[in-house]
Amino acid sequence: MKASRQRLAGLIRKEFLQVLRDPSSLAIAFVMPVFLLLLFGYGVSLDAKHVPVGLVVEHNSPESREFTAGFEHSEYFQTHYYHDMRTAQQALRAKQINAIVHLQADFDRQLSGGEPAAIQVILDGVDANNARLLNGYIQGVWQNWLNSRAERRGQRPSTAVQLQPRIWYNSALRSRNFLVPGLIAVIMTLIGALLTALVVAREWERGTLEALIATPVSVREILLGKLIPYYLLGMGGMLLAIAMAVWLFQVPLLGSLWVLLVCGSLFMLVALGMGLLISIAAKNQFVAGQIAIIVTFLPAFILSGFLFNIDSMPAAVQAFTYLVAARYFVAILQTVFLAGNIWAIIIPNALALLLMAMIFLGLALWRAPCRLE
Amino acid sequence: MKPAANAIDTTTALNFQDVGKSFLAGQRRISALQNVSLHLRGGVTALVGPDGAGKTTLLRLAAGLLLPDSGKVESFGLNTADDGDSLHTLSGYMPQRFGLYEDLSVLENLNLYADLHGMDRLERQQRFDELMRMTGLAKFTERLAGRLSGGMKQKLGLACTLVNRPRLLLLDEASVGVDPVSRRELWHIIETLVRDFAATVLLSTAYMDEAERCDHVILLDQGRILRQGSPAEFHALTAGRGFILSSPVLSNRIVQQRAVTLPGAIDAVVQGEAVRILLRPEAKPDWQACFSETDRLHSQAASPRLEDAFIMLLQAQRPLEKMPPPICVTALDNATPTCFANQPAIIEVDAVDRWFGEFQAVKKLSFRVCQGEIFGLLGANGAGKTTTFRMLCGLLPASNGKLSVAGVDLRRAAAKARSRLGYMSQKFSLYGQLSVRQNLEFFSHAYGLRNQHRRQRIAWALEQFDLQAFADVNSTDLALGYKQRLALACALMHEPAILFLDEPTSGIDPLARREFWTRINQLAGQGVTILVTTHFMEEAEYCDRLLIMREGDILAAGTPAEIKRLGIAADQAPADNMEEAFIRLVETGEAAPL
Amino acid sequence: MWLRIYALLIKEFLNLLKDKKSRFVLIVPPIVQLFVFGYAATYDLNQVPIAVYNEDQGQASRELIARFTGAPAFKEVLRIERHAQIADALDSKQVLLVLHLGQHFSRDLLTGRQPAVAQLLLDGRDSNTAQIALGYAQSVISNFNFDWARQRHKTLPPAKLVVRAWFNPNLESRWFIVPGIVGLLTLVVTMIVTALSVAREREQGTFDQLLVTPLTPAEILLGKAVPGLLIGVLEASFSILMAVFWFRIPLLGSLAALYLGIVLYVFSVIGVGLMISSLSVTQQQGLLGGFLVIVPAVILSGYATPIANMPEWVQHLTLFNPLRYFLVIIRGVFLEGLGTGDLLDQYWPLAVIGLCCLICAGWLFRKRLY
Repeated sequence: MKASRQRLAGLIRKEFLQVLRDPSSLAIAFVMPVFLLLLFGYGVSLDAKHVPVGLVVEHNSPESREFTAGFEHSEYFQTHYYHDMRTAQQALRAKQINAIVHLQADFDRQLSGGEPAAIQVILDGVDANNARLLNGYIQGVWQNWLNSRAERRGQRPSTAVQLQPRIWYNSALRSRNFLVPGLIAVIMTLIGALLTALVVAREWERGTLEALIATPVSVREILLGKLIPYYLLGMGGMLLAIAMAVWLFQVPLLGSLWVLLVCGSLFMLVALGMGLLISIAAKNQFVAGQIAIIVTFLPAFILSGFLFNIDSMPAAVQAFTYLVAARYFVAILQTVFLAGNIWAIIIPNALALLLMAMIFLGLALWRAPCRLE
Repeated sequence: MKPAANAIDTTTALNFQDVGKSFLAGQRRISALQNVSLHLRGGVTALVGPDGAGKTTLLRLAAGLLLPDSGKVESFGLNTADDGDSLHTLSGYMPQRFGLYEDLSVLENLNLYADLHGMDRLERQQRFDELMRMTGLAKFTERLAGRLSGGMKQKLGLACTLVNRPRLLLLDEASVGVDPVSRRELWHIIETLVRDFAATVLLSTAYMDEAERCDHVILLDQGRILRQGSPAEFHALTAGRGFILSSPVLSNRIVQQRAVTLPGAIDAVVQGEAVRILLRPEAKPDWQACFSETDRLHSQAASPRLEDAFIMLLQAQRPLEKMPPPICVTALDNATPTCFANQPAIIEVDAVDRWFGEFQAVKKLSFRVCQGEIFGLLGANGAGKTTTFRMLCGLLPASNGKLSVAGVDLRRAAAKARSRLGYMSQKFSLYGQLSVRQNLEFFSHAYGLRNQHRRQRIAWALEQFDLQAFADVNSTDLALGYKQRLALACALMHEPAILFLDEPTSGIDPLARREFWTRINQLAGQGVTILVTTHFMEEAEYCDRLLIMREGDILAAGTPAEIKRLGIAADQAPADNMEEAFIRLVETGEAAPL
Repeated sequence: MWLRIYALLIKEFLNLLKDKKSRFVLIVPPIVQLFVFGYAATYDLNQVPIAVYNEDQGQASRELIARFTGAPAFKEVLRIERHAQIADALDSKQVLLVLHLGQHFSRDLLTGRQPAVAQLLLDGRDSNTAQIALGYAQSVISNFNFDWARQRHKTLPPAKLVVRAWFNPNLESRWFIVPGIVGLLTLVVTMIVTALSVAREREQGTFDQLLVTPLTPAEILLGKAVPGLLIGVLEASFSILMAVFWFRIPLLGSLAALYLGIVLYVFSVIGVGLMISSLSVTQQQGLLGGFLVIVPAVILSGYATPIANMPEWVQHLTLFNPLRYFLVIIRGVFLEGLGTGDLLDQYWPLAVIGLCCLICAGWLFRKRLY
């Protein structure tokens, strides 16, 4: 037992020294997380602010000014005035503005008529998501205008049903708050699977694994000797990412850190298991890198719910996401950060991670070469 | 970590019984070893054989890294299939390329292996001191293994394998790419081990002179043991069949070219000023068949050597394979000059320096190479010969000095010079995904050959180098010997005036090496200038002139005979071969203050 | 000279396509990505699970609820009976939103003394989805209001919004995402082909072999660039075919404008790729370098999130990103029907980036030869 501990300690020490001396491992383990976090934290935002909107007011009147004031005062918009539709449409085509709001010359007359006045809105639909958000903002302005107009005239609001939205967990709807926690899963996949796959494949390529197997070391010790250092490295990467999320990006952490750490450990084991399996299958750095990116990194990006809503995907794709470990971890991360320790989410997802970890590590142990074949 | 004492049979270090092993390669099952039986107790055993004979597989089976498909492998009475763990404490295995962690320091590598063998601190300290003394690595304990020279890497690899005092030591190609001085030191270590600790050593090697020093030699071919026995037993096979031929009027190369055509000749190689020829057992030494009275041929019996037996036994296995037909280089077919001093210099190096940052790799180097010469560039690992070589090919600019190749200053018109030179590197740098024909087509285009001429040259290459059968095979799937042929063919597509060969035969078995040098000699005979670097000292004998480098400087220069005399002068004792002379020169050079 | 370049091209292509593994890398991942992105990468809500908590007994509430459950965006998976269940349903991500109608909903609606309140509780963890769901809910409610007023001959609101979306009338995000994939895949494939090409030859030792032939560095560089160009354009063409015939994205503009854009875009990516290639010694470095360029290039391109939402200094950075310009070109040609003349502002930066990088690569190439 003592000899086994010593062997393991030797292997772990070796692995750490290698990581410290290899710039590319260090880059993947520490530079990449910071780089990705900064990039996503600053580069990716779905929150539109100061969207340029063209206002075409054909007849200037108190009524129309009242309406356009809603746009002036909203931080969502940046208004541009045009005298006629043609110039406004040209501006829309030239991407100077994202939408046109058109008040016709007889706006005042229509308002007092029986039929509602038509306020024409033209959206640039190329970026559909952006257009949809913009549409929502414009609707909000219109609704407010209706209500305040009614109030000023002492009328009852003409709306029969008033929608009263309450947004839980992320009431300001900052997209950074949900992207940054999700990114932690992507980063850990990178460290766990990509780095592990590369370093084990490197040992095959350089013939050092051959020399290791010829010593009294057992397969279990070799695997543990890889797991423990990269587990620690991955958890280090995770703590770094959490620290940046909380302090740099001001993402609230409502749940407890230890829940994150426990679940992170489970996810790390899954990622390591996948990395080991890939390297056992590939035995070559180039192929291992390719497989790792295709099998672990891209799914973690696209199919985990990190960026795109899983519920909206076609059924077949949804079924497939159950095989993506990052899916479970992203759910846990977003919940623990933004909603707190909600066991109804944490426990089933953690169990799924545990199951996957057991399967992958079991497979790795089973398929690991105790000899060279 | 002591295995049960009663299970160990200390007398038999290794026992193979009817061992067979095969691998799946794609859909096919390839047999690597068949019916191999051997029995080792003590001493040093060499495993020799052509590439792909199954040497590495045999060593891996012995180390328990592979399990046999049939038969059984036992080491100290333990079956590798059942007692792998206790076996690993008794044996040490050093893979090709030494299995070192290059980003760990010398001490860290040793510590890792000591940990893996469960050594405690006190024992470790003693053992490390011992190993450091043995390998001379004490000065470099903090240096990263990747920064060590080839020879030091090899010694460190050996030290790591020796940490647990193995009773069976298995070394796979321990001396490939390592200079003669380092090789000699390795042998000192191995001999000490066998003498003082009664260890059993099994090593595979491509150097016949190494096998010569062993107690027992096993010749493998195509997965079978062709013959095993002591070197003396091998010598007996060819006793009286070897002769040294020399002629005062003919150049050694002409003697060789004629000698191979002798009836019953198996092999003829240039050795210094003479030619060594080996005849079939049934053949009579009938020199008149090829040489006339006026040649004044002098013959004398040669002492037998292992290489002769190796060549003979392998040739008997492949009756169809003959010596290659003469290569015909159409452009240059002038007669062989016997004296190069009068020839115009085709390569001129004048006070050339090369700095890498603060490090001066080549110091004020000056020499000249004449047309039609075979010029050897020798030196220990890190002596600066690769740098010099790369500067001559135009792959590296010189920091100072003048360098002209084929009459062109490399600084000004490198592209022009390049069209007149051929280059072949030790890695046989071919496009692995391209077939033989596609490689030839590419290089012929790259050298600007056109239409009819190009087609002719490709046909010539396929025929001359016996590559027709493989024309559509991807070059990565070729056997090593064929890769080397293809690489040479590619380098010769444009009939270069100068051929640069960078360790052209490393890792190649003697048979293929033989064939290669025959071609090179023919080329030289037709006036092609050849510049070659090598670690094989017997190959240095094939050269017309040599340059031995040390620390970026010229250590010695001259014909092989002159170099050998220099070796004698330095030590007051006769140097009977090139290797001896080289080692003496390097050692005395090292002793002298700079 | 042309003969030598021709030979280089043949060699590059054979080297790339003869090996099963590298053929696989060039062909399979792009197709898989095209499908996965095409289907999975969407911001549209489709059958998102919702819950309804109706404390009201009236007919009107049922009518409103029917409007919600009937919308293709939503699917009712849970009927909530008690207030406490709301938290459970949202916490556990069982549903994205809960529609809560209070006890007095029908009464308020019928009396009209005060607006009836429909409370919408949204899970904001995924802020984008929440925002879009809110937008959907808003339009359901305003339609309901309008119809309600019309049926009851109540006073109609004084004005209504008549919304039209140009270029993408149904605001399908697939129309936006799929043309983007063309740019993305072309980027990845061209980058892999060029960024690894020199490093691979360096590792195999064939690079030295090339350098001792009479080929000049410029010829070698050209030999590396042209295969990238051909493969990049082929890859883009394949993706465009898939976008038009499989995903049914309308292609309104001129193919000439599109292909001019593709060629310039691939040219600029090749410049970047060859620059990485001349810098890296091993394939691993090349791979890492490619990765370090591809990820920011995708994120800062406006592919998934609008450039306008980024901080100002990041927006300036995007000016160096070829993908940014190409996305404008391809989306403009596909959806807006733009022609060559409309896109000049996008063409020239691509040409400048490509030219600068290529010159830089050539210089580095010469410098790193030794």
